[in-house]
Amino acid sequence: MSTRTIQGQKNLQNINQASKDGIGGSPLRPDGNLKVKGEFAYSSDMWHEDMLWGMALRSPHPRANILSVDISEALKVPGVYAVLTHEDIPGSKYYGLEIQDQPALAIDKIRYHGEAIALVAADHPETARRAVKKIKVEYEVLTPIVTEEQCLDPETYGYVHEPHEYKSHAYGNICHEQKLVSGLGVTDEVRAMADVIVSGDYEVGMQDQAFLGPESGLAVPAEDGGIDLYIATQWLHVDREQMAPVLDLPEEKVRLTLAGVGGAFGGREDISMQIHACLLAQHTGKPVKIVYSRDESFYGHVHRHPARMHYEHGATRDGKLVFADCRIVLDGGAYASASPAVVGNAASLGHGPYVIPNVKMHAIALYSNNPSCGAMRGFGAVQAAFGYESQMDKLAAELGMDPVELRQLNAMSEGDFMPTGQRIDSPAPVAELLRRAKEMPLPPPLDTEHLDVRALPGALSNTSHGEGIVRGVGYSVGIKNVGFSEGFDDYSTARVRLEVIGGEPVAMVHTAMAEVGQGGVTVHAQIARTELGVEQVTIHPANTEVGSAGSTSASRQTYMTGGAVKLAAEAVRRALIEKGRRRYGWTHQDITLSGGKVVSESAGVLVPMVDLLGDEAIDLTREHHHRPTQAFDKETGQGFGHVQYTFCANRAVVDVDVELGLVKVVELTAVQDVGKALNPLSVVGQIQGGCTQALGLAVMEEIIVRDGKVRNASFTDYLIPTILDTPPIPVDVLELPDPHAPYGLRGVGEAPTVSATPSIVAAIRNATGLALNRIPVRPEHLTTEQPG
Amino acid sequence: MRVTFTANGKPVEADDVWEGESLLYVLRERVGLPGSKNACEQGECGSCTVYLDGVPVCSCLVAAGQVQDREVRTVEGLAEENGELGLVQQAFVDAGAVQCGFCTPGLLVQTDALLERDAQPSDNDIREALSGNLCRCTGYEKIMDAVRLASARKCAGEAST
Repeated sequence: MSTRTIQGQKNLQNINQASKDGIGGSPLRPDGNLKVKGEFAYSSDMWHEDMLWGMALRSPHPRANILSVDISEALKVPGVYAVLTHEDIPGSKYYGLEIQDQPALAIDKIRYHGEAIALVAADHPETARRAVKKIKVEYEVLTPIVTEEQCLDPETYGYVHEPHEYKSHAYGNICHEQKLVSGLGVTDEVRAMADVIVSGDYEVGMQDQAFLGPESGLAVPAEDGGIDLYIATQWLHVDREQMAPVLDLPEEKVRLTLAGVGGAFGGREDISMQIHACLLAQHTGKPVKIVYSRDESFYGHVHRHPARMHYEHGATRDGKLVFADCRIVLDGGAYASASPAVVGNAASLGHGPYVIPNVKMHAIALYSNNPSCGAMRGFGAVQAAFGYESQMDKLAAELGMDPVELRQLNAMSEGDFMPTGQRIDSPAPVAELLRRAKEMPLPPPLDTEHLDVRALPGALSNTSHGEGIVRGVGYSVGIKNVGFSEGFDDYSTARVRLEVIGGEPVAMVHTAMAEVGQGGVTVHAQIARTELGVEQVTIHPANTEVGSAGSTSASRQTYMTGGAVKLAAEAVRRALIEKGRRRYGWTHQDITLSGGKVVSESAGVLVPMVDLLGDEAIDLTREHHHRPTQAFDKETGQGFGHVQYTFCANRAVVDVDVELGLVKVVELTAVQDVGKALNPLSVVGQIQGGCTQALGLAVMEEIIVRDGKVRNASFTDYLIPTILDTPPIPVDVLELPDPHAPYGLRGVGEAPTVSATPSIVAAIRNATGLALNRIPVRPEHLTTEQPG
Repeated sequence: MRVTFTANGKPVEADDVWEGESLLYVLRERVGLPGSKNACEQGECGSCTVYLDGVPVCSCLVAAGQVQDREVRTVEGLAEENGELGLVQQAFVDAGAVQCGFCTPGLLVQTDALLERDAQPSDNDIREALSGNLCRCTGYEKIMDAVRLASARKCAGEAST
């Protein structure tokens, strides 16, 4: 079986690119040419000569008991090879990222709309679709538990998971909770110290990652009884860790290779079709491909937690913050996914990048019968930023201060303490980022003489010719952690091989890093070139043959896997130089590698690398761990919880059609400190992309869930920003090195997604005078809400 | 049924095509042209855009039977005959407009069509022309840069010939 061909492996071969660009340059992506030629093989492009198509039957109800499942009619459909239910699972029936609470196929109960119940493998996707429709399920439909009030009153409304089922409960339907108290907390005495107090209730809708490449992959049964899976994911090893017990295979027999990934943004952190495809392949003995349709993608992955938040801030007359009292309730949906870590982030970052002497915080994630929520770009910091930044504007208005000045007055900087008690021991240029955002030139005012309606709110719908349009400007700043926190031993592995190929020294970099589009493969080659003084670098396909790289999330891959590549390359360099010392007796202390040669700064070229290497390759593997962090104390939230912080400031300029409630973002400026830009072109691309997802959350993106049912599982109804909705995004990048990070770099991808949403809402408030305490801001809010 | 048509200048035929299959499915699964992508299969995202008789269409919305005896040109057909990248392809690579790249094939075809009818589009023209092609990674700024770059190169090329 293993001798048969799998098409679509072009990008799984080594990607070879010759370039002189090391770190700080912007060499082009090694996979760019394949992608523009249509030859890059995404996971949905995998093809095997006798493969079957897999498909799942999904529940139409958010909460139900399954009384019976009858697969007999489905099995009779010609071309159907297998129909499986949970009874066919050979191993453990549950999996999960942090808590193993999710059944691979529903067992007796349905906990969310779209939960997978049964699987079909057939010779054509249409055959599979027809067979899925012939599976008969008898349900006892139950009233779903969907609101905060219902979740917090299990005696009346019931449990999503019965208390005896899982040990993870804080209590009731609470999946996880984190409290935090710093300074004196928030007592009557502390309140009395404030001259002004502002409070607000804020709500964030459920956002979707909406990556373009649907969940997909190809599972191929192997002769040794194991399985090979070609898959789009964010973390190969954690997938395997969850899959192996369900498939009842030892981990080494579950081999994963990264197939091309069409975006991720957190939505691929959890298992989607991995286990399903492998179960079908195990059962049929044939390769099985699953490709989600777009609606199935909306059902099949976790979303950003919707949030309800209450914030209270007190300040002195001159604008100094005295206290913050915060409550953040995140709806985690049916299964835990990453909810515990999201709660930890919300609690520890939920006061914003400000020095606040007294803080009280309570963050929880609920179990409910709504869709499961987990990782999405910004991870718990996004929701909170809408709350605290809205509060900053409210406070500024109350004090009659400029909102940027108020923020700068309270901005944290290096040496300050987080409410977690952690001292910030690297640059935190919050006030400077705001200053730069404010000083960027503003776009020209609306030119009513030469109107192009395409640039107005409503755009091509031709709803306005300039009448009823009001412009507003808003500012924001946000804070995000980088890497995994709360005592997790976060590490990554890299293997670097140096050898002579075709008379040239060539470095090969092998990691399990998921390249999801962020450009990690480009940066790895840059690091290898920099450390080894070679031009040619090949990137080995990412797979489980090498140690874990951790997840492509938490803005951590360049920091963590980039750091591992650096360590491995340095080790290779040392080994090569040592070889030279042994052979030639060099005594110079200033030997390095450059331009394909071993050189001494004092003595010049010592020897070409090819001569020293000869026929022998140097092949070394290293792990990069970041400095240890600590778990937060459960009651006080104290602890050195985060390894690095990252900050971004934004200015949004909007035009609002106040009659129709339509918003056009005219410009969205971003200023971010990236420590060191290893690849400036990619850094700017990440910041602009992050800002655009924030724009989506501000004015259009929401999964509408009513009574636990998803109402808009399509790109027709779930709107993500188009090129017409997205304005110019000028980016100003600061490079203040973090002394604790490789090359001084700082994670980039998430900070703009945290910070940019509030700036847009602030700009709309500035234009309209409305309170706008819920995102996304919808036309009806703009035409019916009361002034703030 | 059997469907025969021209794909990127070459005659192709697909057998046993089910009547409900889309042109996108036939291209991807039957004739070995997976460059066009299947992101929504509802005509909303533009990732599957191809030329059909010279007009850009969402291939997910075209029934396979409709292409009988017609000409299809996909992203795979945008490269030069010698295999070098075409002008629009090169501009996307150079401008950093490719991140995950899943939207790229559709954007390339749509951009190619835009520059065919207007070699010097304004920014609003570009935004209008590409508004049917979703991108989730780039924030579109570098796509704007790529189209402007392709436009400039195309005009420079035309001026020199």
